Amino acid sequence: MTAIAMPAPDQAVLARRQEILSALQAIVPGEGVIHDEREMRAYETDALTAYRQLPLIVVLPETVEQVSRVLKYCHDNDVKVVPRGAGTSLSGGALPLEDGVLLSMMKFNRVLEIDYQNRAVVVQPGVTNLGITRAVEHEGFYYAPDPSSQIACSIGGNIAENSGGVHCLKYGLTTNNVLGLEMVLVTGEVIRLGGKHLDSEGYDLLALMTGSEGLLGVVTEVTVRILQKPETARALLIGFPTSEDGGRCVADIIAAGIIPGGMEMMDKPAIHAAEDFVNAGYPRDVEALLIVELDGPEGEVNYLIERVEEIANANRASHVRISQSEEERMTFWAGRKAAFPAVGRISPDYLCMDGTIPRRELPKVLARMRELSVKHGLAVANVFHAGDGNLHPLILYDANKPGELDAAEAFGADILRLCVEVGGVLTGEHGVGIEKRDLMTDMFTEADLKQQQRVKCAFDQKHLLNPGKVFPVLHRCAELGKMHVHKGQLPFPDIPRF
Amino acid sequence: MDATLKPQTTEDVEKVVAWAAAEDQPLEIIGQGTKRALGRPVQAAHVLDISGLTGIESYEPAELVLTVKAGTPIAEVEKLVDDNGQELSFEPMDLGPLLGSAPAQGTIGGVLAANLSGPRRIKAGAARDHVLGMEAVSGRGEVFNSGGKVVKNVTGYDLPRALCGAYGTLAVATTVTLKVNPKPETSATFMLSGLNDDDGINALCQAMGSSAEISGAAHLPAGVNGGSSSTVLRLEGFSTSVDYRFKTLQALLASYGAPSRLEAVETGSLWQTIRDVKPYAGGQTPVWRISVAPTAGPQLVASLRETFELQAYYDWSGGLVWLSCLDGSLHEADIRAAIDTVGGGHATLVRADASQRSNASVFHPQPAPLAALSRRLKEQFDPKGILNPGKMVSGV
Repeated sequence: MTAIAMPAPDQAVLARRQEILSALQAIVPGEGVIHDEREMRAYETDALTAYRQLPLIVVLPETVEQVSRVLKYCHDNDVKVVPRGAGTSLSGGALPLEDGVLLSMMKFNRVLEIDYQNRAVVVQPGVTNLGITRAVEHEGFYYAPDPSSQIACSIGGNIAENSGGVHCLKYGLTTNNVLGLEMVLVTGEVIRLGGKHLDSEGYDLLALMTGSEGLLGVVTEVTVRILQKPETARALLIGFPTSEDGGRCVADIIAAGIIPGGMEMMDKPAIHAAEDFVNAGYPRDVEALLIVELDGPEGEVNYLIERVEEIANANRASHVRISQSEEERMTFWAGRKAAFPAVGRISPDYLCMDGTIPRRELPKVLARMRELSVKHGLAVANVFHAGDGNLHPLILYDANKPGELDAAEAFGADILRLCVEVGGVLTGEHGVGIEKRDLMTDMFTEADLKQQQRVKCAFDQKHLLNPGKVFPVLHRCAELGKMHVHKGQLPFPDIPRF
Repeated sequence: MDATLKPQTTEDVEKVVAWAAAEDQPLEIIGQGTKRALGRPVQAAHVLDISGLTGIESYEPAELVLTVKAGTPIAEVEKLVDDNGQELSFEPMDLGPLLGSAPAQGTIGGVLAANLSGPRRIKAGAARDHVLGMEAVSGRGEVFNSGGKVVKNVTGYDLPRALCGAYGTLAVATTVTLKVNPKPETSATFMLSGLNDDDGINALCQAMGSSAEISGAAHLPAGVNGGSSSTVLRLEGFSTSVDYRFKTLQALLASYGAPSRLEAVETGSLWQTIRDVKPYAGGQTPVWRISVAPTAGPQLVASLRETFELQAYYDWSGGLVWLSCLDGSLHEADIRAAIDTVGGGHATLVRADASQRSNASVFHPQPAPLAALSRRLKEQFDPKGILNPGKMVSGV
């Protein structure tokens, strides 16, 4: 096991395993409860594979009532619960607990309603992100957020992580595309938020749930907004002699009032890895490669392609190619989309980081990253959602070499601290999970984190849902609720009053 | 003491709230006071006025990020971004005309507290969708930061968004970070005349389901804004694109009759009329703002028309109904029942006198488990219940 520690298991719960198993089997019949160690192996990790832990028991409910009863049972009996969708979290959000029930939502896999007139689709949380688009694409519609795991990741998991993707600068994150939820609280109570109408009234619990990493409730139904597919899309492939030139080009495109559908940057190591892997025709003699995709009505796209080409040339672009066909556009993307497996080919293991920075800091951050690479003795390749400043440094290491995983994690932590130092944040779209949990104090003060945990207390007083994730120190709700009251005279004589 | 306190700094806001918490002194939180007529009247001995917290903290047009003090006038914020070729895409509405107060007043903090969005909501999202970060003082009298100053961030719970629309009952925002967007080069309106409500909303929904990238979709029945009805679709962007999409709509909606076209200046004034509910300006009748699924809008209005005399028009492709009760009564029960019948949504009483707002549920009542959860959330931010007590729900 590596550096990040999970809470010590509750021995009393471990001792009651048989009793808990029987109770769950009474709620979810047949194969919906898994307790055999070999079968539970499939759930021991998510996409942060360096961390593994067998859960106490796995339960796969099929109805909202079963979810409600499982949660109520666990709540009444002080048993922890880790919710899980497709298990594609890159931050360890679905890492099981030794003394916790793993609640898989993957049997909730039906599309419930498609309403084209109101542009809304109602699905169960286990439907994949791409599954929503597949259900409506014959009518020309799609669901906009497109995390790179979209073929596998579930919409319930997207809610938990507030997933983004390549197109989110223009079309928004999950939070901007979700209209409503049905969810079960840890007490077993079922509540509905929003619906096909816009904006919830009362407190915006939809905003709190989206990106709450499975700590506040279990989603059982999702209503999302769908969009008509853009009429057309074309892309430019632009190479620059320096990352400064690339960064300035991105700023100039936005300053010209253009918000591209996608705008991705890669650094030299990433370009080479991708080109070696898929032969996308990327230039090898550049320091930065930019893919700019413009989508929308044909008349607009053709006009903007020319504008972006001018901007690229004004920023010392050494290579500019414009896609002349759908096939060519896909080729431009092939290298970027294969960047992770391409890096996986040249290194036994890699860690994918996920900080966001103000874009103006890009050259400085890349330079500092090169220094850190020397310091930690590990190589790094960068892919980058250039439009919104979301960096994905890939740290190359070999888990079989003693100490390399520790070095990679230390390198990653340094990169994320650097992101915060230049005015950015720890995670743009992958979530905190366990991976960045212990770095939260680098971005937030104790008061900030305590107020966040008080939100948790409103939903889950006993800290039973996914504990050990997101927050480095777990405070008991009773302690968080205490107020330090200073009674006395009005202590602010200098404040104007009327 | 019975006073209005007007701090100039976050630290002083913190001191005031900490004192109020210690002494169990409820506070009414205001900026310029333009939203005092929204929500339920607050019973508080003291007023905490944050309109002294003003100023632009940082603005990076190329990063699409703006950080301002919460008491900064909204007009100043809109002018600043406009001067830089950008906009607040959620198109905050101005309540002045509807409520009979001065126009173009209010602070950015007030806009976010009420989550006020205009016609572009259907394309660009609500006010809350444009909030990236916030510094605020909780009802415990403690300052906390949440979110960030970059456009993409999922670090921690999304408190900045969740504090929008809370009407200052959870925390007092002191500094906010917003996402801004490029301002479109031009705009035009595609206008159909003489359609009834059902046909009008059908045309809007058809357009919204196309790739024409509509940024405003409204239907004004006959008599609301002129003699005959108008069904209007706004197109914004580069002028080549606007012309191209106008033709797309012409082909798509040919069966609804020949359209007319409004150019940028007329488009600006028409959508401001729709956004600010100017058709009901100067009146005294109760006005409800109702959000339902777009196709449910005309069904709702038709069923209510059988019960009482009303005037209504539709924004958000039919999903936002501005409803005026012409007989002066609120008809709250009728309206809430009709919303349930057409598939759910919510209704907010926007214009009514103080006694009506005290006695009615201004906001849509919630089912018991949801109301209990909201109450628990309130307690976690404001355990003494000193921030805008009763503003949203009686007794909370």
